[in-house]
Amino acid sequence: MQLVLEKRAERSNTIALVSPLIAIGLTIVTMSILFVILGKNPISALGVYFIDPLTDSYSLQEIAVKATPLVMIAIGLSLCYLANAWNIGAEGQFLIGAVAGSWLAVKTQGTDAGYWVMPAMLLLGAIGGALYALIPAICKVKFGASEILTSLMLVYVADLFLDYLVRGPWRDPAGFNFPTTAEFDPVATVPVLIEGGRLHLGAIITLAVVAAGAVLLGRTIKGFEIRVVGAAPRAARFGGFNSNQLILLTFAISGALAGLAGIIEVAGPVGHLQPGISPGYGFTAIIVAFLGRLNPVGILIAGLFLALTFIGGEQAQIAMKIPLDVTKVFQGILLFYVLACDSLILYRFRLISSSPKVPRGAA
Amino acid sequence: MVLLEAIILAVLAASTPLLIAATGELVTERAGVLNLGVEGMMIVGAACGFGGAWLSGSIIVGAVCGIIAGTAMSLIFAAMTLGLAVNQVATGLALTILGIGLSGLIGSRFVGEKITPAPHLNIPGLTDIPFAGRILFGQNGFVYLSLALVVGVWWFLYKTRAGLILRAVGDNHVSAHALGYPVLKIRMLAVMFGGACAGLAGAYLPLAYTPFFIPGMTAGRGWIALALVVFSSWLPGRLVIGAYLFGAVTILQLHAQGAGFGIPSQFMSAMPYLATVIVLVLISRARTGGSTAPAALGTVFVPDR
Repeated sequence: MQLVLEKRAERSNTIALVSPLIAIGLTIVTMSILFVILGKNPISALGVYFIDPLTDSYSLQEIAVKATPLVMIAIGLSLCYLANAWNIGAEGQFLIGAVAGSWLAVKTQGTDAGYWVMPAMLLLGAIGGALYALIPAICKVKFGASEILTSLMLVYVADLFLDYLVRGPWRDPAGFNFPTTAEFDPVATVPVLIEGGRLHLGAIITLAVVAAGAVLLGRTIKGFEIRVVGAAPRAARFGGFNSNQLILLTFAISGALAGLAGIIEVAGPVGHLQPGISPGYGFTAIIVAFLGRLNPVGILIAGLFLALTFIGGEQAQIAMKIPLDVTKVFQGILLFYVLACDSLILYRFRLISSSPKVPRGAA
Repeated sequence: MVLLEAIILAVLAASTPLLIAATGELVTERAGVLNLGVEGMMIVGAACGFGGAWLSGSIIVGAVCGIIAGTAMSLIFAAMTLGLAVNQVATGLALTILGIGLSGLIGSRFVGEKITPAPHLNIPGLTDIPFAGRILFGQNGFVYLSLALVVGVWWFLYKTRAGLILRAVGDNHVSAHALGYPVLKIRMLAVMFGGACAGLAGAYLPLAYTPFFIPGMTAGRGWIALALVVFSSWLPGRLVIGAYLFGAVTILQLHAQGAGFGIPSQFMSAMPYLATVIVLVLISRARTGGSTAPAALGTVFVPDR
């Protein structure tokens, strides 16, 4: 007897629905084993990770704050992945967006600039991110260079560029030599929604982006083209869809959204530009995109779930001395299980006898 | 002359991990599998390699631990992409994310510890030859091993029947399957070889390059190794040239930083990454018309029954 994988006659809708839940279940089982290996009580560790953050309003707000950039970036990435364009440099586009928007905040610092500053910063952030994402897209379309490698390489470049700015020309003169810009002026800050809270305007913008993503994919020709080019490139060619143009478009949109997320993060929760503004949002957003099965509403839910793991991870570190890297391991394992379960939508396992079958009528 | 000798020695030291990891990935890709998780396998190899060497006091045990760790990581990749027919790009990314987390978890207890780095070859008489002596006869074992590895891979791919079959699987898995070759098994072995090399390359960093472990110490070398495979047009000989060129860029920017031409250090540090982008563009542009990549690279294969 032998276990083999074979293609289903048609995709299984049942599995498509439950596969993210199976993946999360399997991840939690695996994590429990890991907690036991680390010498922690798995029940209480899982409680700190997944239940405690849901029980107080501060943590709930924090989850929404963390989910804001994750969802925004993941919506853009899902467009790329649907079109079979592999943008994995969202982290770099996030940083460049933050830099581009911060430029205006730094330049208008201490002047009597009006309330146009913050919206202009968001616009600059989106443009900066889009232009930065277009570099690998153009390299791909014009020269055929792998967008996977170029977009990833540009993450390191963006990181170093930001580092240079905050240690060099943009450093706060009154900042005791810390590598950071001065705190942004109030007009250059993304306002909070509730006085004294942490939830900010970015959350609303993210919801709008989710809605726009759903409309684009579900109700427009462009969205249809994006999906066809990814799912059936040959059919797309016959349909006269320009796949190069779609690579440029999806990269530009995802770069703009990553850049927007970057400047919102800097002008919102952080309040100034400094290295380490992102705990890997651009990479975690890849997981969010897949866990949300490249669907805007799915991504919103997946983003909230992964934000929960960030907050849970921080609390587990404080309460149970569980290293922060456990969160990354958790996210990596989750992505594996998601991908593995998704495979069962198109394929199924079957037991067959190991002696080769003789086709009927062949003998 | 002394400076030139120092630069060449430093270039060899910086190039070796790239060469080892890229050689492994070259074999994997020649079998038609694109494993983007090189960075993840390397960083786990670095953590386990250092751990093994620190606990046992032996560089060889450390290197073996790195190889085992890299191979174990690659087996996860093989199970996903070959066993479950999952998209190779997404799985490779997952492997990198998992690897970075795992290495932090494994390596956290070794941060701040030091070991005696891998010894350098010393043949009295030969090693003392001015200039060429230390370059040719004064390296650590990893450097010689990396070159032996490339020669071995070249010989395997082009001079053996097994190598021919491996290339056939990478170029046309349907035909290879029809001829009765076990495509998935051959691919699994190729993926494991890639993992072993990536693990060894990762272990090289804390065992021979810097004698301590820091989280994230691979710093994108796994990705540069992937770019090198593209640069080499999947030919082992060109891989050597590419690896040493990239090593040279890394070392030259360090020397330029030291000399301080008034260029901010961050711009110099960005050089290897920018160079990768530029090289990828140039090489891909030169190749428009016919691709030299294995024809089945990155495609899923599920055998018919």
